[in-house]
Amino acid sequence: MVEPANTANIKPHPYPLLKDELDIVIPTIRNLDFLEMWRPFFQPYHLIIVQDGDPSKIIKVPEGFDYELYNRNDINRILGPKASCISFKDSACRCFGYMVSRKKYIFTIDDDCFVAQDPSGKPVNALEQHIKNILSPSTPHFFNTLYDPFREGADFVRGYPFSMREGVPTAVSHGLWLNIPDYDAPTQLVKPRERNTRYVDAVMTIPKGTLFPMCGMNLTFDRELIGPAMYFGLMGDGQPIGRYDDMWAGWCVKVICDHLGLGVKTGLPYIFHSKASNPFVNLKKEYKGIFWQEDIIPFFQNVSLPKDCTTVQKCYIELSKQVKAKLGEIDPYFNKLSDAMVTWIEAWDDLNPVGASGQVNGKV
Amino acid sequence: MSEVNIMDNEVDIVIGALQSDLTSFMNEWRPVFIRYHLIIVKDPDLKEELQIPEGFNLDVYSKSDIDRVVGSSKSILFSGFSCRYFGYLVSRKKYIISIDDDCVPARDDKGILVDAAAEHISNLATPATPYFFNTLYDPYREGADFVRGYPFSLRSGVTCALSCGLWLNLADFDAPTQALKPGQRNSRYVDAVMTVPARAFMPMSGINIAFDREAVGPALFPALRLAGEGKLRWETMEDIWSGMCVKVVCDHLGLGVKTGLPYVWRKDRGNAVETLKKEWEGVKQMEEVVPFFQSVRMPQTATTAEQCVVEMATRVKEQLGSVDTGFTRAAEAMIEWLKLWKAVGSSSSVPGV
Repeated sequence: MVEPANTANIKPHPYPLLKDELDIVIPTIRNLDFLEMWRPFFQPYHLIIVQDGDPSKIIKVPEGFDYELYNRNDINRILGPKASCISFKDSACRCFGYMVSRKKYIFTIDDDCFVAQDPSGKPVNALEQHIKNILSPSTPHFFNTLYDPFREGADFVRGYPFSMREGVPTAVSHGLWLNIPDYDAPTQLVKPRERNTRYVDAVMTIPKGTLFPMCGMNLTFDRELIGPAMYFGLMGDGQPIGRYDDMWAGWCVKVICDHLGLGVKTGLPYIFHSKASNPFVNLKKEYKGIFWQEDIIPFFQNVSLPKDCTTVQKCYIELSKQVKAKLGEIDPYFNKLSDAMVTWIEAWDDLNPVGASGQVNGKV
Repeated sequence: MSEVNIMDNEVDIVIGALQSDLTSFMNEWRPVFIRYHLIIVKDPDLKEELQIPEGFNLDVYSKSDIDRVVGSSKSILFSGFSCRYFGYLVSRKKYIISIDDDCVPARDDKGILVDAAAEHISNLATPATPYFFNTLYDPYREGADFVRGYPFSLRSGVTCALSCGLWLNLADFDAPTQALKPGQRNSRYVDAVMTVPARAFMPMSGINIAFDREAVGPALFPALRLAGEGKLRWETMEDIWSGMCVKVVCDHLGLGVKTGLPYVWRKDRGNAVETLKKEWEGVKQMEEVVPFFQSVRMPQTATTAEQCVVEMATRVKEQLGSVDTGFTRAAEAMIEWLKLWKAVGSSSSVPGV
């Protein structure tokens, strides 16, 4: 049995890393009570709350947090017709928060994720670990058997070429979850009682050319390096599919990171996932995805981006064309998705004109 | 592909003896090793008699056996750490577990003694999943499963042909790294096994491995010998080379390689700075080795490990031979090994016994 941590007596760090360079994006439809538990770790940072569902509902943000909050009316007002690319009644709407942020880094977390304990009982400051992950290089070209060589107490093993030891910039830090595991509906139905109690004390880089199912519950990324690729797709209301938002983004992101020479890490930090969603509801949402992913995965595994795609946006637009050409045959949904991917980039560029941040993304 | 049942009598534990007194080594491993047949191969360069405690089911091979079986001109191939490969050659079992003689059982994060043999066998008995990364690591472990988004058609996995374990205390660093951090010891017990993804490569450490001899035996050979190869792990590259060969074979034939658990405890030994004083070409050679293996592709016509090795040896000679004569010798050694494997390794009777 695992339990969430008690953070009542934790003193906040006097000099929180990246305090003015990182936004925390939280999608919510219920409430933000969970923030109380995260207060010692999150309070120094700016929050972007994306309120899904009924915009007339008032979502109360606990005292003392610096935040901006957007509901559906705000999204429609800010994006106009381009708001069509932002999902409704699905946590995929969180990617609107990525778009409006002005910071270099984003940490996103679900509102049912609490602070986990490490095996010694110490509360895990997930944000701090994500920051360590994202500020140290990744090693996608050769797998290090002692996992992240930049962690204290680890290093590159014998046989690891020295020319590869500098690594590449880390674009994504993908964290994990104790307690309720992120299973699909069929697995949830078969194993309703299974809980993830295994704390695997490792961070590692996902090798180049390897895809993975990215979970958006506990995720950090460098917005300047990869932001435009973090579109969470068309899900929820009016869409034939749900619970594929983060995975879709993850596949696009990984293909583009591999192309641009950026790294994706997975492993620590853990959060404590408290709520199991209804597996029957999930099955209805996921059901088409379970069939479609059999075609989607080979599509991403075989995607090739031309050399002249040197920015994330160019890669993403190219990807959207290939989605239409190759996945459009499976279901008209993919034509819609492809168009939405283009709309997303247009909206991103509107809100993030080049020169405003001084940075052009892509190969660093 | 479902879980395979591996019986004790399908396993050989092969130990390369680089030190003569194996008493404490064998006694520390007794609770783990006692169930299995052991093959102990004495380093042909070792002069002293081996001291082995009683009670084990084992066969011991020394220089005279090696000379008799492979011919004295070839016995050079089996000196130092490479002596264990003679054990792989003469074994008649389907699975081999091999651990360096300076390692003892580790304790896990709860203080329980790690049965490295049982964990290796479990790794080999359960499928590997090289085509898509599972973020909860090995989905076949108790308490874990495939995560949301893992394609169902990939969930039956492939046969695991190689299990690479890790080391607590003295990690397998190269000499420069160990010299720079003389006090660093690996104390982090990472409770995970995972499949190394298809087309991803890693440096295989021979210190603590297990493999399906029938599937990949022909590819697991220390063809790349450093001129200054010595009796300390950071003076060798042989296992790194054979691990890369095995990965190419596995990727081509649709087999899996796992890494992670089990851990062994590796004793402090040797002086990394002393090693640095010798001329050490391994570091330079890895710069060529890794890109080569990452780009090598096997033809569709290669359907066995042997055929893959023949193809690889040709490419090594063509592409790396001009860079360093060590690679030409490596290519030749791979072919020699295949001949030995055919003559000795795949016959049904145990030679010389």
